[in-house]
Amino acid sequence: MYDLKALYQAKTVADAVSLRLAHPEAHIIAGGSDVLVQMREGRRAGVELISIYGLDELRGVKLEEDDTIRIGSLTSFSHITRDPIIQKYINVLGEAVDQVGGPQIRNIGTIGGNTCNGVTSADSASTLHAWDAIVELTGPNGVRRCPIHEFYIKAGKVDIREGEIQTAILIPKESYENTFGHYIKYAMRNAMDIATLGTSVNVRLSADKKTVERVRIAFGVAGPVPLRAKTAEALVTGKTVSMVLAEEFARTVKEDINPRDSWRAAKDFRMHIAVESAKRAFVESVKLAGGEL
Amino acid sequence: MEKHITQYQTVRFTLNGREVERTVDVRASLTDMLRNDYRMTSVKKGCEVGECGACTVIIDGEAFNSCIYLAVWAEGKHITTLEGLLGPNGELSDIQQAFVEEAAIQCGFCTPGFILTAWEILESGKEYTDDELRKLLSGHLCRCTGYENILRAVKKTMYRRLGKELPQ
Repeated sequence: MYDLKALYQAKTVADAVSLRLAHPEAHIIAGGSDVLVQMREGRRAGVELISIYGLDELRGVKLEEDDTIRIGSLTSFSHITRDPIIQKYINVLGEAVDQVGGPQIRNIGTIGGNTCNGVTSADSASTLHAWDAIVELTGPNGVRRCPIHEFYIKAGKVDIREGEIQTAILIPKESYENTFGHYIKYAMRNAMDIATLGTSVNVRLSADKKTVERVRIAFGVAGPVPLRAKTAEALVTGKTVSMVLAEEFARTVKEDINPRDSWRAAKDFRMHIAVESAKRAFVESVKLAGGEL
Repeated sequence: MEKHITQYQTVRFTLNGREVERTVDVRASLTDMLRNDYRMTSVKKGCEVGECGACTVIIDGEAFNSCIYLAVWAEGKHITTLEGLLGPNGELSDIQQAFVEEAAIQCGFCTPGFILTAWEILESGKEYTDDELRKLLSGHLCRCTGYENILRAVKKTMYRRLGKELPQ
């Protein structure tokens, strides 16, 4: 038995919004792999829950008319990894979420829950930051779209307003077109572990594959919320691809990140692996994009 | 102190091929309901926080930790526990038999969960490398066997089902 006060099960998105307004104190539960665990630990003991797990309309990945990739918020990690649209256009996201927890966790855990937790270590978060994802929220006044950079307010706090639930993650075409990325999770063990540092890079090369047209890099656990290293991005944009450039890019990420000391790792160590991961992820992304270095 | 009013809900689902219905406390986990209301004692209570995999069941073809799954979410689902793998006269399924042959069991507590995850892996009909199998089995803890015999049992069944020789 879980220590919960009441359970409200939403049958439609509109129903979820009404339940949110009727029970403002209630916590939203999607897959529950964080909420139910925290309940067992006593952290959320005695709360009311609004379950949105039954909303099948929020499951699945599709391409919209303008080729925006729409990932329903309740799509599980394993379904994202297996999805042909994800594999074709933004395979790195499927690879990143394939490193969450273990297989059973990836069958229940949702991308909506992963982002709404507001946790910097979430395996989907750095990649979604690196691809300029848009968070779609549905509330009493209809649909609101919020860039993921603005969605994260502070550790554990995201911009979900009164009566709202997150309904989708969107990746615009201008973000993913002709772009290739790589994610590196640094953790102590391969399964059932939380990232010490997460690094997600993607690059777009010129037609001759020799020049960096655009590069983006985002980190998890390099600050209280996932963040981009924009100084490093600006430094290499328009430059010729080379190993020297990769090293210069990697060194520069230190200007933008601010990891902390924690029981998992020291700040200095996180700084060190951030540089090394940035280099490796950049090199791998360039190779995936057809470049040589 | 505020008095708690117990909230109940009737849950209808398919359990091991049979349609069932029971009214449960909404606070119940799927593990609670399967063990207490249906006597499916293969579903073990281990860590109860989704780490050890001992409570694993198959829901609509995928493996889930039933300890972090609300019982009421079972509504309309097809759920299989280890009991559901047995043949009509109690015969062991191929994967269970392989666990016996390979001595992939000692105390047996993790075994039902491992076998159900193995079932999902085998039902995919794909051929996996050892590294892939290790990753697919990584949501289970076993404190007895050291995992090698479990891996061997799954691999052996995978090759049997694919009609191939087990590489030495």
